[in-house]
Amino acid sequence: MEMVSVRNLKKTYGDVTAVNGISFDIRRGEIFGLLGPNGAGKTSTINMIIGLSRPTGGDVAVNGIDVKKQTKKAQALMGIVPDESNLYNEMDGFDNLCFCAALYGMRKAEREPRARELLEQFRLTEAGKRPFKAYSKGMRRKLTIAAALIHSPKILFLDEPTTGIDVESSRQIRDMIVDLKRQGTTILLTTHYIEEAERICDRIAFLAEGRIVASGTVPELMDRVTRGHAIRFVTDENAESLAPELQSQFRNSEVTIGADHSLVMETENRQALLPVMQFFHDKGIVVYEARELRPSLEDAFVELTGIESSVMKKEKEKGGR
Amino acid sequence: MRSWIAFWNILNKDIKNYYLKPPNISWGIIFPLSWTLMQLIRSPGGSILELLPGLISMSVLFGTTSMLAVTITFERSGRSFERLLLAPISLNTLVLAKISGTILFGLFNALVPVIFASFFVDLKGIVWGVAFFAVLMIAITSSLMGLLIAVSAEQVFEAQTFSNFFRFPMLFLCGLFVPIAKLPVFLRPVSYCLPLTYGTDILKGMINATNTLSPALSFAILLIFAVLLFVVCRYNINRKWIL
Repeated sequence: MEMVSVRNLKKTYGDVTAVNGISFDIRRGEIFGLLGPNGAGKTSTINMIIGLSRPTGGDVAVNGIDVKKQTKKAQALMGIVPDESNLYNEMDGFDNLCFCAALYGMRKAEREPRARELLEQFRLTEAGKRPFKAYSKGMRRKLTIAAALIHSPKILFLDEPTTGIDVESSRQIRDMIVDLKRQGTTILLTTHYIEEAERICDRIAFLAEGRIVASGTVPELMDRVTRGHAIRFVTDENAESLAPELQSQFRNSEVTIGADHSLVMETENRQALLPVMQFFHDKGIVVYEARELRPSLEDAFVELTGIESSVMKKEKEKGGR
Repeated sequence: MRSWIAFWNILNKDIKNYYLKPPNISWGIIFPLSWTLMQLIRSPGGSILELLPGLISMSVLFGTTSMLAVTITFERSGRSFERLLLAPISLNTLVLAKISGTILFGLFNALVPVIFASFFVDLKGIVWGVAFFAVLMIAITSSLMGLLIAVSAEQVFEAQTFSNFFRFPMLFLCGLFVPIAKLPVFLRPVSYCLPLTYGTDILKGMINATNTLSPALSFAILLIFAVLLFVVCRYNINRKWIL
């Protein structure tokens, strides 16, 4: 059984369609990423899965539980980190965690040791005594994640977990997410940081204008935009003059000149390296680097969604990173 | 799921975070005290006992409606209220927990004019048991009205504005200042549509024996108001907050 099953999910607000009939599954123990620009429908999708918003159409099940019919039963399995850190400003870190545990019915004897454990795990033991309003953005984010984990949920929903926080805290949060996956927690992550999704997600769905444009593992998504193979050779001197000769030697190839003493050789099928290296050797050229060029996830995103990566980068800048 | 743990902790958090804060405690004391003094200055030589039902009712009404509407709107604007909506507790438990703190605050508000009056007049003749339940019912219905406002308001200032829209007319229509019998005929039916009318009438009966309705009938009507308001609040929360 899948941990989350979404079928033909739809959400409209008046005339605006935020989510337009999307379907996907999240397998147990995986990190599933929803990647898209602001307004793509990521938060609307999460809100419907967690029961904070009613779908206009379609079905959502978490661990086999119909979220529309048994919302509270499904919510007991979830840990939720919203896009804004929303703990109580007046309460200190420890009390915030204990309060969140109490909402899940945990007794004092259970919640206090668990809160201490999480504060230690998130390196917030000292900060645990300070009011939440005195926290930095990164600390607020970490405590919000800790609060979502207080009842050891089966699935964790992370809505833009690293938006607007410093590089160090972002890195720590990414490491935490990977650790949680290792411990068996299923994770749904929404982000508009392409490299973040590429780095930590097992599978990704590209969301644009409320639709899933493509989904799969990172290599699968890249394969969808890969046409042929390309190798970049970095040599010891300008190899421009060798380009036509190289192309004629390897007939099915197309050789272009790159920057910094490099040549890019494109072929339809994979090209064995040894004959090419022999060619350079015979010409007395030293090759420092030979690297297969593959499209990045960003290339795949741009080609499959039609959204320029500059749009995502602008959002990244707005996010403060 | 142990809902009582969530219930108790929501109530405890609200009391600590909101009701026990110095500005609210001082407001809870100063507001009823000011009303009491104002009424005494307005009618020199007037009996404190005659004023007491009105002062208790007003203190409870203002204390409860303001606090609940403002605290919920505040939590909603900071999105911390989402935590409560996403917790695996029923909407009934959540509503009960949120109004319980306010009800307690309302009871505390009601004590202020009583303590003040005790310095000047003998309160032995008051039927305390019934009066307590009347105050409790006023606090419950007023809290639920505060919740109804909170559901409609997006911002704290909206909640405050909406509260005043119905609180002030209610004060003049529930028989506190002007007996209902002396109101224009067309306004009298409106008076009987207000829960405060019945609460005040019970208090008048228990403090001065000047009630116009049977206390049993007033309690029954207040109970109906409480249930109706609870159902409407729950329905509105479900409709407006789970989008």
